[in-house]
Amino acid sequence: MKLRELAHSRTGDKGNISNISVIAHDPAQYPILEKYVTAEIVKEFFAEIVKGDVIRYTLPSIGALNFVLYSALGGGVTRTLSLDAHGKGLSSALMNLEIPLEE
Amino acid sequence: MRTIRIGSGAGYSGDRIEPAVELVEKGDIQYLIFECLAERTIAIAQQAKMKDPNAGYDGLLTQRMEAVLLRCKEKGIKIITNMGAANPIAGAQKIKEIAQQLGISGLKIAAVTGDDVVDVVRDGDYTILETGEKLSTIKDNIVSANAYLGTRPIVEALRGGADVIITGRVADPALFMAPLLYEFNWSEENWDIMGQGTVIGHLLECAGQITGGYFADPGYKDVQGLARLGFPIAQVQEDGTFVITKVPGSGGKVTLATCKEQLLYEIHNPAAYITPDVVADFTGVHFTEVGENEIKVTGGKGQPKTEFLKASIGYVDSYMGEGQISYAGPGAVNRGKLALEIVEERLKLIGVQYQELKLDLIGIDSLHGSNLSKSEHEPYEVRARVTGRTQNMKEAIRIGNEVETLYTNGPAGGGGATKSAKQVVAMVSALVPRSLINYKLHYEVI
Repeated sequence: MKLRELAHSRTGDKGNISNISVIAHDPAQYPILEKYVTAEIVKEFFAEIVKGDVIRYTLPSIGALNFVLYSALGGGVTRTLSLDAHGKGLSSALMNLEIPLEE
Repeated sequence: MRTIRIGSGAGYSGDRIEPAVELVEKGDIQYLIFECLAERTIAIAQQAKMKDPNAGYDGLLTQRMEAVLLRCKEKGIKIITNMGAANPIAGAQKIKEIAQQLGISGLKIAAVTGDDVVDVVRDGDYTILETGEKLSTIKDNIVSANAYLGTRPIVEALRGGADVIITGRVADPALFMAPLLYEFNWSEENWDIMGQGTVIGHLLECAGQITGGYFADPGYKDVQGLARLGFPIAQVQEDGTFVITKVPGSGGKVTLATCKEQLLYEIHNPAAYITPDVVADFTGVHFTEVGENEIKVTGGKGQPKTEFLKASIGYVDSYMGEGQISYAGPGAVNRGKLALEIVEERLKLIGVQYQELKLDLIGIDSLHGSNLSKSEHEPYEVRARVTGRTQNMKEAIRIGNEVETLYTNGPAGGGGATKSAKQVVAMVSALVPRSLINYKLHYEVI
């Protein structure tokens, strides 16, 4: 199952750091996100893009995870050569993450 | 129970103007806030001010004020904005001029200055937070340095009777919190209420991003009426509890999901969101749907503010040249690839001096690299994009030129070539002791 079926997401940027929220459509499914969408998995998923650490923060009260991705924006929003300087589309990319659950 | 209604009239400098007018006419608000200052905007504005001492405020200031000032005055709605950018005093004078043209009298405009810390930053060799290097490494290229001020100067201006307050760099949430401190007499050392106030400001500061903007994903997250998106209103009680809503009948929607996405937007550690006023804790925030397009928000908390203020420093980093050209039909991808190879070879052949070069095929791999973009289907069209970083404008221009010459020298059927070159003003940040930063208020009255 794709993460998109379980969660929605928004990307924010600060300097060369991106943050990606992963929010359960149904808060009852939050434990699935907490179990399968780990910092390691996200780091591996973005291996080609994210050069630094990935840190995960949990917000069970709203059924959400927040990932902070270091050295993720090609040197920073204000100097990167990337077409999407802010990395706005990274949240959409992550929705493609495969979650090992039956549909 | 007394409540204060605050409207968010802009989420960035180029934002739509009619939603702010709608808030003034139908929002039943007491305060209208325009947050218009992205990280780099102030550095660009500073460059404009160096050329013309009367410039350096937001380019849409005139248009926005012409759209709302008269009705705000008539309705007693106070306006708070960071559209002063690098020159709040010139911005205040411009607002006065507009007010006079509109026949307004009895208006007090406050300009907040003191965020400009170029001298402080030049004197003290602070550490660049992003790189760990010293600021002396970019000293000669610095064009601006602005500390993020907090609520205090705005609260003082409100106590001084200001109807319009225009600032330079101020922490975005402070623009929204200041009227609450003023109206409810909140103590600025009541850290929990300051934390909850930060939640209000944070949720409102990107305007349409909490009312359904930057959210729609057809089939998964549908949003109606994005072309006439309504901007948000926070209806705040004295204890800080508030409801996020919008003008009935406007486009978009306020739901648990839109609020959650915005709560985490540009947040790192949600338990420690550092602002000039408080270290806010969002981990206990709770959203409850209390009506259609009405979400109640509670649970923001806080810890004491730090001894430092963050300063954002703009410097001339480099130059950037870019060129793009499109290919379509059978073999489009291969012709696009060939185009990129040709340009790369040309740049070497004619000796263009670049420090960094990026070759993209838009439609294939330009956003997320080759792994995440893998697809079995070949697209009908692609757009080749070449971007390079150089040390001067002359070299930057040569990059786009080499893309354009593909018209007659490159693969078959290349069309729609564009080129551009620009100076790159980049931003870094540093922590400056609070004690070195003093704000000032300047009033214009008619």
